[in-house]
Amino acid sequence: MSKFKKKANTKQEIPTSALPDIIFMLLFFFMVTTVMREVTINVKQRIPEATQLRKLQRKSLVSYIYIGEPKKASEFGSEPKIQINDAFADPKDIIQWVNEQKDELAENERDQLTIAMKVDEEAKRGLVSDVEIELRKANARKLLYTTLQSSED
Amino acid sequence: MAKRQREEPQINSSSMADIAFLLLIFFLVTTTIANDRGLSLQLPPNPEDIVDVDVKIPERNLFKILVNSSDNLLVEGEPLEDVSAIREMIKEFVLNEGKDPTSSDSPKEAIVSFKTDRGTSQEMFIKVLDEIQGAYYDMYADRIGVTNERWREIANDLSDPENKRLYDQGRGLKDGALEFPMNISIADPSKTN
Repeated sequence: MSKFKKKANTKQEIPTSALPDIIFMLLFFFMVTTVMREVTINVKQRIPEATQLRKLQRKSLVSYIYIGEPKKASEFGSEPKIQINDAFADPKDIIQWVNEQKDELAENERDQLTIAMKVDEEAKRGLVSDVEIELRKANARKLLYTTLQSSED
Repeated sequence: MAKRQREEPQINSSSMADIAFLLLIFFLVTTTIANDRGLSLQLPPNPEDIVDVDVKIPERNLFKILVNSSDNLLVEGEPLEDVSAIREMIKEFVLNEGKDPTSSDSPKEAIVSFKTDRGTSQEMFIKVLDEIQGAYYDMYADRIGVTNERWREIANDLSDPENKRLYDQGRGLKDGALEFPMNISIADPSKTN
């Protein structure tokens, strides 16, 4: 009788105490590999694909310009627009913005400021080149067209 | 009675996983995976600062690529369907070394001129630029006997002196001047549509 009782007392539960640790590991992975969204992107972004990608080394030297069709087409129309920081901008605002970005960097790094352009694949070249001309005027000549890795390669 | 006292006290930690999940999902939603990769480019100086010197570039040293507003290609005066054919054409053009009188004099003189229309889509622009840069990276990689992929890795990390040496060797850096520059001229799009 006593033997039988002991057997009945063994627990049937699966130990789950390691589960939080596993989740925390995932959490830390995501915290380390990702960055907080700094701006709300108000333009559509279908990033074009390419094969000959180069990587940016120093994030602190990078500033972003987003170009694409506004997400709220009813409010802003369906023509591609330029977004810098949180707001839509005109090409003429870019010089001032570049100078603000340069002021945030150390003096010896100002000429290394890289502009990453996230351009929707449907956007027209005309608008993009207007931005480029402004960047040339602002002397921010390092440029990166953000693309995705093409699956063909 | 004595048995009950020996039982180890336990804190119920089953909700811990749920809390961690909540945190995890918060991070998944509010963050982006860093994808700072793409085609790099150095823009020319401010157009107003350039002194207007009339440099005559011989026709033979120019490889002309034109794209119109319907994303149609015109390469060296001939319509072209397949974008990926550009890569081989550029390699042939740049490595001509003066053999073919209609092709470039030397890699140093060769210029790839890429002109688009204001109506050209960014997708087409990226595709063509990808092929042009690919052609140059292929040639650089060949010069130091590595693959294209390895070349780009080397070019991404120039803080390593060995990489810097290979990088300069591939581009033919001699006395501060490049023997094998990547001359890509991206013209301002034509105003007419």
